[in-house]
Amino acid sequence: MTTEAQQKSPFKTKPLVRLGWLILACYVFYALNALDFTWERFINGLGNGAQFLSEMIPPNFERWKLLVENLIETIEIAVIASAFGIGLSLPIGMCAARNLMPDWVTWPARTVIAVCRSFHPVIFAILFVKAVGFGPLAGILTLIFLSIGFIGKLFAEAIEEISLKPVEAMKAAGAPFMSVLIFAVLPQVFNRFIGFATYQFDANLRNSTMVGIVGAGGIGGTLFAAFQRFDYDFLAAILISIVALIMLSELLSVKIKAIFND
Amino acid sequence: MSVENTFKGNGETRSLLIENLEKEYVKGKPVLKGLSFEVSGEETVGIIGPSGTGKSTLLRCINRLIEPSKGSITVAGQEITSCSGKDLRLARRRIGMVFQEYNLVERLTVIENVLCGRLGYTPVWRAWLRKFDQADINRAFKLIDHVGLGEFATQRADSLSGGQRQRVGIARAMMQSPDVIMADEPTSSLDPKTSVEIMELLKKVSSTEHIPVLINIHDVNLAKRFCDRIIGMSKGKIIFDGNPSDLKDSHLSEIYGGEDWLS
Amino acid sequence: MTNTMTWERFTPGQRLARFAVYLGAVSLFVFSLSTVEIIPEFLYDAPYQLQDLFTRMWPIDFASYTQENIHEALIETLNIASLGTILALFLAVPVALLSANNITRSPILNWFGKFILVSSRTVNSLVWAILFVAIFGPGALAGTFAIGFRSIGFCGKLLAEALEEVDHGPIEALRAAGAPTVSILLKGYWPQVAPAFWGLALFRWDINVRESSVIGLVGAGGIGVALDTALNLFRWQQVALILLCIFTIVIIAEVAVTKIRQNII
Repeated sequence: MTTEAQQKSPFKTKPLVRLGWLILACYVFYALNALDFTWERFINGLGNGAQFLSEMIPPNFERWKLLVENLIETIEIAVIASAFGIGLSLPIGMCAARNLMPDWVTWPARTVIAVCRSFHPVIFAILFVKAVGFGPLAGILTLIFLSIGFIGKLFAEAIEEISLKPVEAMKAAGAPFMSVLIFAVLPQVFNRFIGFATYQFDANLRNSTMVGIVGAGGIGGTLFAAFQRFDYDFLAAILISIVALIMLSELLSVKIKAIFND
Repeated sequence: MSVENTFKGNGETRSLLIENLEKEYVKGKPVLKGLSFEVSGEETVGIIGPSGTGKSTLLRCINRLIEPSKGSITVAGQEITSCSGKDLRLARRRIGMVFQEYNLVERLTVIENVLCGRLGYTPVWRAWLRKFDQADINRAFKLIDHVGLGEFATQRADSLSGGQRQRVGIARAMMQSPDVIMADEPTSSLDPKTSVEIMELLKKVSSTEHIPVLINIHDVNLAKRFCDRIIGMSKGKIIFDGNPSDLKDSHLSEIYGGEDWLS
Repeated sequence: MTNTMTWERFTPGQRLARFAVYLGAVSLFVFSLSTVEIIPEFLYDAPYQLQDLFTRMWPIDFASYTQENIHEALIETLNIASLGTILALFLAVPVALLSANNITRSPILNWFGKFILVSSRTVNSLVWAILFVAIFGPGALAGTFAIGFRSIGFCGKLLAEALEEVDHGPIEALRAAGAPTVSILLKGYWPQVAPAFWGLALFRWDINVRESSVIGLVGAGGIGVALDTALNLFRWQQVALILLCIFTIVIIAEVAVTKIRQNII
């Protein structure tokens, strides 16, 4: 811990900082050994990498039909998962806001959010593939969980930051609880919610390329198959399409946010 | 200027009756110690007293934003302390409230903020679709004119000055067609000139709506100048209740303590 | 009441734009729902299947913690996460310097730096893992590089933002004194961005612990390899143990990061 006094006297902090760097260096040395990294492997890897890259170029778009089909499925997974995920996280996030709701409401809502955040999406995807079989359904369910965990939490935090003064005024005017939410709470958080929603759509698109690797639908499956068949030029084509798709979607969400930003 | 008032309770007793009101946040440390008073007609009542004496608590107990510990509150003939749920909501509609920091929704327009006063009368689905009664919308526009903000009706609340915001707050309270309006330090966040304008407006509201207005105020001179009656509180008790002209320095030193500030 | 007055929330243009967004979103949703290949029976069956899965996972096979070397796999996971983070920070610093427009005064280079950052974030960690497994072969080396490259985008973006927000007073003073560029960076910029740097390093490490626990699924080392093996052999009780272990280290990492942030930064 550095107190103010320590920060001001350079003679005390310097050795501490040096010690920190030394510990870090020692750790790196230990970890490199523990993971059995050798210079030789790295150099070999570079050779492989050059080979790998040369096989990737030029990218092979011959099977563009398959590519487009897969991309559409990826988009579909992201769209459906975003719609349900965002739709569900609105009420769940609202229930999790501690400044509006009593404890017996926030607790279950916060538990749901915590469960949704507990594991990496790929692990959820594996479990859902086992539950509903290979295909986009497993991917959709995974991404719904992911969206609830992410937006639910951010939305609850956004609500916890609002000014409660209008809420008090509406209560005093005898407004029903739902009307208080609609008029005093929503206007204060709507913009941020749109921001979270567009961000989550991008994230879902990105992740739906990933869940396919474990069989949950979308372009990830084709990508992994191409990798396993050493079909590297097709792999390059897939990667380029994914990156292009995601950049396009990010561009779109900037535009959408601008429309709702007043 | 006649602002039509359609939703009155039982019109005969447009009064506020408070009996033995007590409130303690912590057991054994009451903030309000058995207050009783009655307000009726077109009175403008100023409640004065040092900060921390429970003026805000008193107002918030009346519409039960804060639960009173003991005593009874009657608005227009209806006992309020026993209400709960929907009845409480319906009772609150009849008590308009104006806040020190206006409590507007910054991101909504003036007209929307005024219409918020009508939410107690509007079904949720209509509120959701923003389909207010045309009569309500017309009345909202009239009230906005009435408080002198005619040209600002469709501007956002965060583009207004403090005095203008407080006018919106008053229009919102009037929109409830209340039997009584309470104002909690309505001028404390405003400059002296605007404060006078707001007090004038509140007094006008009282006479055009034929309802009593209860004002928490720490500025004794403003209170003396605009109120028909003054209630002086100190340490949770009423020390003075009467005409402003009867309020003497001796009362003030009893309310606020000390004498140096009076000269 | 003579004339009816109306009020509208938005200008016609705004409303049209918003309506277009809503319409686009809804039609995309309807189109997706109608064309995606979902077999509804599978969905109805899901609760039963999940229940079946959980019963097969019980009781958790704690014995395999030592037998199957899960402890070593966990350590390896943590090492991959840490080394990956360090690698990412190393690589992120030059890219951040390149993309911060108050340091590199060339829009083209800024753009190039931003392009690297965006590409790094756009490609998922599992995809990075696949690429590096192809280069280095299966194992922790590929995993470390995957974690590192994946994190450049995150670290570089936040670092570049921190660099762009520094107070220019001290830097101008150094420049006026004729200090060389490296000194300006070390004495002017570094002290100001150091808190942000360590903060994002910790934050990213926390994320990387999560990520490094799954990259093994494509062969890039760590506990994910054990998970993949157990899944392929349908050893559900062992899967349950591994999931529990992953959950535990993720929680520990999160708590540790929170504590360190509270106490030091």
